[in-house]
Amino acid sequence: MAQDHAALPTKPTEIVPTPVRPGIDLEINGEHFRHTGDPAMPLLWYLRDVLRLDGTKYGGEHGDGGADLVLVNGKATSAITTPMSKLAGKQVTTVEGLANGKGDLHPLQQAFIDEDAIGCGYCTPGWLIASADLLNRIKEPSDNDIDALPNLCRCGCQTRVRKAIKRAAATMKQGAKA
Amino acid sequence: MSGTLKLSRRRFLQVLAGASGALIVGIRSAHAATAPTPPDMLGDALFDLGVYVRVDADGTVLIGSRDPETGTGVATALARIIADEMDADWQHVRVLPLGLGVADDNGKPHWLYGQQAGGTGNSMPRAWRDLRSVGALARWLLIRAAVPQLGVPPEQLHTERGSVIAPDGRRLSYGQLAAAAAKIALPPGAVQLKTPDRYNLIGKPAGDAHARAIVTGQTAYALDQHFGDTLVAVLAHCPWPDGRLTGLDSSAALAIKGVVKVIELKPDPRLPPGETVIAPAVAVIAENTWVALQGRRALKLEWKPGASSGENSAALEQQATALLNSDAAPTTRVRDDGDVDKAIRKAARRVEALYYQPWLAHATSEPMNCLVRLDKTSATLYVPTQSPQQAWTVVQRLTGLAPDQIDIRVPRIGGGYGRRLDHDYVAEAVLLAKEVDKPLRLFWTRDEDLTHDYYRSGCVHKFSTIIDAKRHVLAWNQRVASASALAGRGVPVDHLWSSEVSVNQFPAGFVPNYRSDWLGLSSSLPRGPHRGMPHITNAFAVGSFVDEIAHALKEDPLVTNLRLIGEPRLIPQQGGGAVDTARLVNVLKLATDRINWKDWLHSVNGLGLACWYMDGAYVAHAIEVSMQGEKLTIERAVCAVDVGRVINPTGLEGQVAGATLDALSSALNLAITVKDGKVQQSNWKDYPLASMAQLPRTVEVITVPGEGDPAGASFLAMPTAAPALANAVFRVSAVRVRRLPLMKELLRLL
Repeated sequence: MAQDHAALPTKPTEIVPTPVRPGIDLEINGEHFRHTGDPAMPLLWYLRDVLRLDGTKYGGEHGDGGADLVLVNGKATSAITTPMSKLAGKQVTTVEGLANGKGDLHPLQQAFIDEDAIGCGYCTPGWLIASADLLNRIKEPSDNDIDALPNLCRCGCQTRVRKAIKRAAATMKQGAKA
Repeated sequence: MSGTLKLSRRRFLQVLAGASGALIVGIRSAHAATAPTPPDMLGDALFDLGVYVRVDADGTVLIGSRDPETGTGVATALARIIADEMDADWQHVRVLPLGLGVADDNGKPHWLYGQQAGGTGNSMPRAWRDLRSVGALARWLLIRAAVPQLGVPPEQLHTERGSVIAPDGRRLSYGQLAAAAAKIALPPGAVQLKTPDRYNLIGKPAGDAHARAIVTGQTAYALDQHFGDTLVAVLAHCPWPDGRLTGLDSSAALAIKGVVKVIELKPDPRLPPGETVIAPAVAVIAENTWVALQGRRALKLEWKPGASSGENSAALEQQATALLNSDAAPTTRVRDDGDVDKAIRKAARRVEALYYQPWLAHATSEPMNCLVRLDKTSATLYVPTQSPQQAWTVVQRLTGLAPDQIDIRVPRIGGGYGRRLDHDYVAEAVLLAKEVDKPLRLFWTRDEDLTHDYYRSGCVHKFSTIIDAKRHVLAWNQRVASASALAGRGVPVDHLWSSEVSVNQFPAGFVPNYRSDWLGLSSSLPRGPHRGMPHITNAFAVGSFVDEIAHALKEDPLVTNLRLIGEPRLIPQQGGGAVDTARLVNVLKLATDRINWKDWLHSVNGLGLACWYMDGAYVAHAIEVSMQGEKLTIERAVCAVDVGRVINPTGLEGQVAGATLDALSSALNLAITVKDGKVQQSNWKDYPLASMAQLPRTVEVITVPGEGDPAGASFLAMPTAAPALANAVFRVSAVRVRRLPLMKELLRLL
């Protein structure tokens, strides 16, 4: 089906508040943000309630289902158990930031589409983040490596996710050669 | 400009011209109807209309999907039925969820799109009946619109991928024709539907229509929808569904900056379950989720238990076994063929067994939530509901608004499994929204979601069968004890069994003397619809028991199953329809052939099988497991299904693989238990959905190509996965697991 590439957002001009309010500075999907609220607020609620970056999902309070995973400095991290106070100077990537600025999908995103690795889709962002972390660490993950992913899926997409990860790994290997 | 074509007595296909030259085809009611058209479908055409298709001048085809999408692929499949019939170019189709279609019929609701329901397994059969005519009319109009421009009579024109094409190859795109098509006079009668040989989308694989939006995090579930300046409410429910609040100190909560209000909620005892608050609760309303959660933590609450505080899982099971062993217990005789008592008296060989299955929660990925904007003349809600009409009923009762003043919007849903056929959370959201002057989002945390559910009842099955000298099952006597999901829901007592056991289930009708009894357990835990019930629990018990019969007869269970199914024939079903035993045998053979069943006897791994049928569809699983010490590995899982005509093979394969894994996950690990009336599981550690490592690495799906009307498939693959697994485990370990969850019981017995 036709999918319009979203018009490229122009990079917003940085607004410098005067006087500068103290806060926690961090980068999310390549953009700079300053959190001036409660430092104990979990990243999940900052993303969802403050920034309305809703791709990262709530799965549970303990972050053990994987729906709330984001990359913090490239490493899969539970957004609900990570308070903003721990994120000063950190680089956060959410599912919205996996594709590049031109709208080209990450090989994992394309592989999830190609392998139909989607049920209700609610936990999909978490799987993508966990898989991105896996492929960062291990270029060609074995089945045992994939088994170690922490994510839960109530729709039963695990077999298709497994295929998608392998497909993405192959695509990335080809891309690296070229 | 517009016209109508009679479709049935009360419903009409309708065509309207959009202001910017769009063609819009929908189904609307015979009543004067005013209902909000989904904004996305409206475009520039400011008409009130139940819309399914809009063809824009730029060639974009928007197709509205009426049934809620819970992840079963229904939005994609419904759209492809319409798109195929009208020969739309799928590359230019966009699929949009339709909200609830409701009009005001003198103060009563009139449902514009007929029944709207998701995850109930019958979207596809209903759509097959209704939606092809929508696409056919659009195509008919577009062809006629092309006649003057191409100068060729309509009979000589054909359509293909979004264009009308003349015999000499000249073509006009649907976008070019949309404006003219909207002005064409309607045909005098029904438009002819395509013949199956001309389908070009139906039966062809397609990924989810919203896949790109999902993998980029752009799909907005109800929890991701926003109104400006929305408050967030989180709840603390009473641990006992029948308990009450005896002490509330909210001062510390209200002292937190951003906490707006603390409000007490109570169930309305006059209303059935699912239409009112599920249990007494205290809500903390705050400016954002984080503050609301802190407010909830600061509450000082005292709850007093009701009568349910005496309830315990072990006692419930004892209650069940006592009922099953009593001749005097109140019993509903669901089916009684032949003379079971007489057959038992001349017993040749008797096989008996008991099976125990636990209570289960729905555990949807997206927890219960609802976004409401309420004022004196309107209510707008984003609801993750499987039944928008039921949600409307709940909202209407609490607001008193006119039917068309209530706008129920249903974005994609993070799993349903039957939980969202009940609307307690909608009632809560509306009640709370009435107490504030801003839009409100109700949000259940995971612990609330797992401890306050309309659970699937646990159950105990007791079987006794008589096998004659020729190894035929002469008599089959089964008794099931469970707490009915229908109790308290206005269903007569003599029909409470129907959520617990199916009157036509295997092997009813296959054996000369067959009896099925149901005995009701009393429990104060709320119960409700659950994915694939009543087939899931019964298929596990029956599928396991047939395997035990095979073992008693010292033979290959495939042989036993095939003998029980018998010759190719049609077995009439009570209530209509028939089971085609040839189709059942076919799926069983396909699954067992694929897994090399001939190795059953000698393989070091264990092979297990089970087969089932429901609602015109057939399924069989064959599973291979290995065991090393206490480590169980599901080496292979094969599932063969026959659902008649397949609309989307990719979607079907996904559903079959997904349902297989879901069923295995439940069977391996899951149980809800009650202690002193309180549910004990409140997070994923207590209620551990299967990890990737526990599940098979692939599910091999075999689909039988068919031409019959499509049957629903969303939970077809669930019933047979668990018995095939247990049978395979028996083969590899010689341990017969008669109690779920399987891993716990297996480790106990090893």
